[in-house]
Amino acid sequence: MHFYANPARFLKIARWLTMPLLLVGLVLVGVSLVWSYFSMPPDRLMGDSVKILPIHVAAAWLGMGGWTTIAIASLIELVWRHPLAAIAARAAAVPGAVFAFLCLATGSIWGRPTWGTWWVWDGRLTSMLVLLFLYFGYIALTSALAREGASSRIAAIFGLVGAINIPIINRSVVWWNSLHQPPSLTMGNSAIDAVYLYPLAGATLGFSLLFGAVVLMQMRTILADTQAEARLRRKAMVAGEGQ
Amino acid sequence: MREAFDMMAFVDAAYLLTGVTTLAVVGWCWLAMRRAERRREESRKP
Repeated sequence: MHFYANPARFLKIARWLTMPLLLVGLVLVGVSLVWSYFSMPPDRLMGDSVKILPIHVAAAWLGMGGWTTIAIASLIELVWRHPLAAIAARAAAVPGAVFAFLCLATGSIWGRPTWGTWWVWDGRLTSMLVLLFLYFGYIALTSALAREGASSRIAAIFGLVGAINIPIINRSVVWWNSLHQPPSLTMGNSAIDAVYLYPLAGATLGFSLLFGAVVLMQMRTILADTQAEARLRRKAMVAGEGQ
Repeated sequence: MREAFDMMAFVDAAYLLTGVTTLAVVGWCWLAMRRAERRREESRKP
């Protein structure tokens, strides 16, 4: 793991990976969504609104995946003081928040014709909304810490504590009565017919690649900003000493 | 009385929202990265 702690080594790999992840992700998402939009037959209960599920499920997976990334990176930062871990955690926050928002928005759009309501305050929807607010808090906190040049350890602790919400989201449909359906996909099992499952898997993989590309782009941005600022500060100090 | 919904209008809205949001985030991150890396290159100049 410490092999990748060197920013120069990481940047070399990130530069090589960003474009393929971005292009393959965009193509896979495009193909999967065209496939689901035009080829998915209406479901017996949901009708045509079943076409929303590939987006909604992928967004839910990545909304939770984003915070899991933050929690793992935060743990690595706190335990091993890995210099890139804090940057990785910060980089995962924006795409994670976007996918949490898309999960809530597409779920709401799906719920209106299917459940007859845009929103219900049940366990699954409420815990997902809490996740979105946790993202907002985390983004505000990390931005403020970066602006002040303060240690990111407090953000790492926030990232770890916030991870408590992930199993709550996952188990909410089992623990509490909910309009939301119970899990259709579990380890090695699927209650979804292949005609719905393949576009869903394609969209999930495609959005996951895009998520990876966005995290790498965000990490490169943070690293470049940090290096540029350090150089400019050094130049200013040298110029100040020369006078 | 049961409400009649045009399901495809909801599907279109979900796809449009997802497409616009995803492309906006990817484009914004790409531009921010290019801008930051250009700034770093400029800071290297003596």
